[in-house]
Amino acid sequence: MGIMQKLTRQPVNVSRRGFLTGTGALVLATALPARRSRAQEAAGEAEPPAVPAFLELRSDGTALFRSPFIEGGQGIFSALPQIVGEELDLHPELFTVESAPPGAPFDIMGGFRFTGGSSSVRSSYPLMRQLGATARAMLIEAAAQQWGVDAADLTTEPGKVVNPESGESLGYGELAGAAMDLPVPADVPLRDPSTFRWIRQPLPRYDVHDKSTGRANYAIDASVEGMLLAAVQHAPRLGLAPVSVTNRAEIEGMRGVHSVHLLPGAVAVVADKFWQARKAVEAAEVEWGPGEASWPMPEDFSSQGFRDTLANADGEVIEIEAQGDAAGTLAGAETVLEAEYDAPFLVHGQLEPPSTIARFNDDGTLDLWLPNQAPEMFQGAAAEVAGIAAENIRIHSQILGGFFGRHFLYETANPYPQAILLAKAVGRPVKVQWTREEEFLRDAVRPMGFARFRGAVSAEGPTALSVEVVGEGPTGRWYKAPAGQDPSATEGISGKTYAIANRHIGQIYVPNPAVIGYWRAVGHSMHDFMYESFLDELAGAADLDPFEMRRGLLSDSERHRTLLETVGTLSGGWKPGVYEAEDGSQRARGVAMASPFGSEVAVIAEVSIDGGEVAVHQVWVAIDPGQIVNPATIEAQVQSAVALGVSQTLMEELVYENGEPTARNFDYYPFLRPDQMPQVHVEIVESGAKMGGIGEPGLPAVGPAIVNAVAVLTGQRIRSLPLSKHDFG
Amino acid sequence: MQLTVNGTTRDVDVDADTPLLWVIREELGLTGTKYGCGVAQCGACTVLVDGIPTRSCVTPADSVTGTEISTIEAVRETEVGKRVVEAWVENQVPQCGYCQSGQVLTAAALLTETPQPSDDDIEGAMINLCRCGTYNKIRAAVRGAAEG
Repeated sequence: MGIMQKLTRQPVNVSRRGFLTGTGALVLATALPARRSRAQEAAGEAEPPAVPAFLELRSDGTALFRSPFIEGGQGIFSALPQIVGEELDLHPELFTVESAPPGAPFDIMGGFRFTGGSSSVRSSYPLMRQLGATARAMLIEAAAQQWGVDAADLTTEPGKVVNPESGESLGYGELAGAAMDLPVPADVPLRDPSTFRWIRQPLPRYDVHDKSTGRANYAIDASVEGMLLAAVQHAPRLGLAPVSVTNRAEIEGMRGVHSVHLLPGAVAVVADKFWQARKAVEAAEVEWGPGEASWPMPEDFSSQGFRDTLANADGEVIEIEAQGDAAGTLAGAETVLEAEYDAPFLVHGQLEPPSTIARFNDDGTLDLWLPNQAPEMFQGAAAEVAGIAAENIRIHSQILGGFFGRHFLYETANPYPQAILLAKAVGRPVKVQWTREEEFLRDAVRPMGFARFRGAVSAEGPTALSVEVVGEGPTGRWYKAPAGQDPSATEGISGKTYAIANRHIGQIYVPNPAVIGYWRAVGHSMHDFMYESFLDELAGAADLDPFEMRRGLLSDSERHRTLLETVGTLSGGWKPGVYEAEDGSQRARGVAMASPFGSEVAVIAEVSIDGGEVAVHQVWVAIDPGQIVNPATIEAQVQSAVALGVSQTLMEELVYENGEPTARNFDYYPFLRPDQMPQVHVEIVESGAKMGGIGEPGLPAVGPAIVNAVAVLTGQRIRSLPLSKHDFG
Repeated sequence: MQLTVNGTTRDVDVDADTPLLWVIREELGLTGTKYGCGVAQCGACTVLVDGIPTRSCVTPADSVTGTEISTIEAVRETEVGKRVVEAWVENQVPQCGYCQSGQVLTAAALLTETPQPSDDDIEGAMINLCRCGTYNKIRAAVRGAAEG
């Protein structure tokens, strides 16, 4: 997904818009400059368009901020007040943050927005600063008028405008009313970063207390008056439809059951309580027949079979990157290595299973409470299901019990269509709650990945690299990016920084029968494992140290070389080979790098073998996001990304047999346990480069660092994840 | 049947085999206890039954009549619980937060039983899953609460 770095919107004053009259609050929205002038011409007046508030500064000195981005654990509800508050000069803890509804003025990525691609802060940073700075300038102007002095002679301290000359001050709350009628100043200068009070500080998050006391409410906790609860049984494969429920009368007679429904690809039971609905729907004996599906799952589909399909693909190789003469160099090289790498399907495994409440109102509108990462997209899709106009649908975005890419709009993977259809059918609000088992059947999975490598290496390092990446990426699937222009299909093999003189990276497009989606770090989540592992293979073939060889390949890039050296130092100095740890275990380390989502990362991992299985003891991460907002959040996100990176490398794999996943819950799809979590050491390098992402970048280099360490320790080069498939006894 | 939750005894009219989790969430309206997997794998549904961390998603309601059930909503009613919550905030443990009710209650039970737990004690008790990978901060918070 692309990132909009340019400032697409600018602040407008909407304090006097009808709904807030009398509240005495300074209310700022944002508008697209071009659209505003057209609207003004059409309306023949200078009033800004009627849009909801972005930032409300209230008479009590607190602020309400509507976040265009959804909070799901990444800390965005705390980061945005930190940025706006910095420029406004209002302590971030005085902000209340809500999820913004769909549409203007929150569609700040150019008519839309999503929470993903590690893009929230970096895409909105200039606008958020501008918003805060504009409000501050208006408050200063209001004070200047009140005191009869020049605004240029005034300044602010947190929460108040100060006249340094007289020592007088006025609180923002006292000025909010007067600022309401002031024009929005153009091009207010932003603070000099060297004077930042809060940005770059490890401020605490403001949601941790509620989240530590059970008071945070997620979609699964939402309720509306008069609602019924629904549970579903999904068709075992997409492309099947329920023909009948053969024991329907029995099901309808079960306690609390309201009604039984045949839906596209599912049977639903609506009941007074969820457990009643679930018990009933599990007891339903469903006859399945042919049905409609955009991606029907073949009856004989298996992950092993699909791995073979990818490995045997010999279609057109679409060029992604080319430099020098890879083919010629490989043909003439003395040492040439070939290898095939693969990575499995994965589920998101966010701990909150999906749910949605749908409520049709007497005025023909529809309210939806649901988890989502893209409110406008869900609103549009819900309109089609409900058969009403999108503007008549209110999307109540809830905080997410984990997401990792799970809550984008994926056809068949979200429960809102079922909730809409059921609410329509029963004439009451309905909450659909998926069980974990039904979630496993309909998650939009991380696609299986495959790549074929050929590389030449000399005593000086790699001289040529040719890679064919085989498969399909989620951006191709959901946003129609054609092969060759779909970064999600190749990133992590494409976009690497090493100076290998002759290289060719291509994609062979092979459609994936499964419903695929974005999974934390997307293509990087598997491709960096493949590339960085193969790089170590090349080093081994030429008897080169993998750390030193990488340093050599980065001789033209000070930024990357610095990062590599930083992680080396952080780990106590690069340690090649096998060594004995204090506890007597034999250990080894591996190194890897990645360039995901605008940030740069270098990782070293330390492993041992314990009972035939890989144990990861330490992970050192040096991360350079260019510029930072909150170092504590960065550290937390790196911890989290490392955990998921270790988890997918050690043990995660969704296996398909006969068109169905063999696991339907965490019993047969284990993920990282507390006792398997390594110690994680993070160093942030702020190079000053363009701001990069934070949520995902910590993940991609973890896997290859572990796998490279395992190769050093055991001599086994693992080219197929997860490691739990392999015996290290 | 009658259930005693957070010190209050309530009559609930549910099938005997209804999991305690759904009684707590739907009949009593206490939504701090979370549904994650339903098969006792993740621990998001952890409550304390007579002080013992219990996976409420697989605990039939009629098996806990006559016990004292305690949920996250009552965690701050004990000194240890208060200390654990403070340590969770101090260490900035939660990310998405969904598993943390269960984590906090499990920590409170551990520290009530073992005020000065060893690393092995912590590893043995703190077994709930966290998909955000807050494990290192959980460990630090448990140690912090123990010292307090």
